[in-house]
Amino acid sequence: MKSSYREALRAGIRDAMLRDERVFLMGEDVGSYGGSFAVSLGLLEEFGPERIRDTPLSESGFVGAGIGAALAGMRPIVEIMTVNFSLLALDQIVNNAASLLHMSGGQFNVPIVIRMTTGAGRQLGAQHSHSLEGWFAHIPGLRILAPATLADARGMLWTALEDPDPVLIFEHGSLYNVTGELDDDAGPVDIDTAAIRRTGADITLITYGGTLPAVLDAAEQLAAEGIDAEVLDLRTLRPLDEAAILASVRRTHRAVVVDEGWRSGSISAEISARITENAFYDLDAPVGRVCSAEVPIPYAKHLELAALPSVDRIIAAARQAVSAGG
Amino acid sequence: MAAGVLETLAPEDAVLATYREHGHALLRGVAAGAILAEMYGHVEGCCRGRGGSMHLFDAATRFYGGNAIVAGGLPLAVGMALADKMSGRSRVTVCFFGEGAVAEGEFHESLNLAALWQLPVLFCCENNLYAMGTALGRSESQTDIALKAASYEIAAWAVDGMDVVAVEDAARHAVEAVRAGGGPHFLELRTYRFRAHSMFDPERYRDKAEVARWLERDPINLLRAAMEAAGQLTAQEWEQLQSDADAEVAAAVDFAEAGTPEPLEDLTRFVYSERAGNTGTGAGSGRSGP
Repeated sequence: MKSSYREALRAGIRDAMLRDERVFLMGEDVGSYGGSFAVSLGLLEEFGPERIRDTPLSESGFVGAGIGAALAGMRPIVEIMTVNFSLLALDQIVNNAASLLHMSGGQFNVPIVIRMTTGAGRQLGAQHSHSLEGWFAHIPGLRILAPATLADARGMLWTALEDPDPVLIFEHGSLYNVTGELDDDAGPVDIDTAAIRRTGADITLITYGGTLPAVLDAAEQLAAEGIDAEVLDLRTLRPLDEAAILASVRRTHRAVVVDEGWRSGSISAEISARITENAFYDLDAPVGRVCSAEVPIPYAKHLELAALPSVDRIIAAARQAVSAGG
Repeated sequence: MAAGVLETLAPEDAVLATYREHGHALLRGVAAGAILAEMYGHVEGCCRGRGGSMHLFDAATRFYGGNAIVAGGLPLAVGMALADKMSGRSRVTVCFFGEGAVAEGEFHESLNLAALWQLPVLFCCENNLYAMGTALGRSESQTDIALKAASYEIAAWAVDGMDVVAVEDAARHAVEAVRAGGGPHFLELRTYRFRAHSMFDPERYRDKAEVARWLERDPINLLRAAMEAAGQLTAQEWEQLQSDADAEVAAAVDFAEAGTPEPLEDLTRFVYSERAGNTGTGAGSGRSGP
């Protein structure tokens, strides 16, 4: 069937609400407004205001309330409008959700799922456009997901809700309107492994989330000039599927990491480090990286586009890696 | 304060507290030995030595910490109360915090949510007049904390926190009202901290005379005097209570000192839940240890 990414997310939420009465959705404008990105449109009418729960603009309060509800047996889905707003809830996410299991010596796990929009490209300026999922991937105790496909948008949520520990799902804003074919029987998917979205022999392009379409586009253009690129979609940023990364790099001997986060101290840096730590002698070229320019994402369209990983920059980085070394 | 409030709770209720939560844990029923072993960092501690002095937790007594982020426990209490309300349970969640928490955004966000959703939560503010070394009047434009709570349409009142019986009376009314579906309630318990904030506190911010004045209202001495005057406590019973307490402390020290350190191989356990098929750090989630 035809589906948008947004509709796939909604189908996932609806499925979870029907499967388990402990599941409820809570966040700013998830109810009457229909979701700030219209993900939850229509769910209030179907499930009512108790389970599709509008909150005040109190990120720390309602994220903490979600954690408390999870501690007391519920399975909350908490929606934060954008990753930038999640910074107001960092205390609850890091000091409580990620730490309670350990601090309590294994007594109190926190089965919460927190969804939020991430990424740039919509001229919304710096406070709505950052890609901070790599930051969250730094935190032990959290699981970090980045669905890039319709099947993952549809299927990651239920698996995340079954996880006994906190899971953060990052939905790139540029993906909501992506439309394609989704299997009629699409359902839960694993949240442990990376996925090869395109096989190739010459180089591995490693990415996740909102940059997957650009990377696939780049891979097609590279094929036309004789470079056969493999595209690895990480899907889960913590824990990283290191085995999949290393296996691909050992086949292709070259790697470029594409990440909309900033380059310094980033998830791309982590991936590059793990490749050099574990597969250095398999490499025929230095690991390349395509990241966002180190500026707060600007408003002006030409500046914003210049700041973000582009198909051209990905192609250039791939060409450089292929032309370098043996 | 903890003695007065916790006396009024049922086993199925939940308690959250701050980093100065040792008395609350003890009164909730966590064994003194398990608390002290936790402070020694031993496996026999209530959190296997993973939490420490400021993070005491105990699933059996529904004691949820032990939160060292000032006001960080309030949103959790709201959420636990929300879960109870959504599930149709008549449990009460009690959340203790100091008056320093009133300056944090999480205090205001939590009171608003609790009132907006009419949740079964009792907020207990232990107002000891100093946030570390900062006097209330130097940090708040409005120092009447019960008034602040009332501004969120929450039933709130101030109580003499040095009077155990007054605290117990107020808490009983509040807990009954919360359990009956009366929405959130708030007690401002006016009290004082006799000792330094921590081992590193030279107490430059207050006079010794001020401390001495408050010591005259030591809640244990006040209760003892009142009970003796009413013929409810004999000198012999008082001595017995003291020697029982001394014996409990001595036994707890022995238990803690005889404890064992967790093996270093287990360092990264309890970061993720342990379950079958989990490639993380082990097998078998749930409560472990004494």
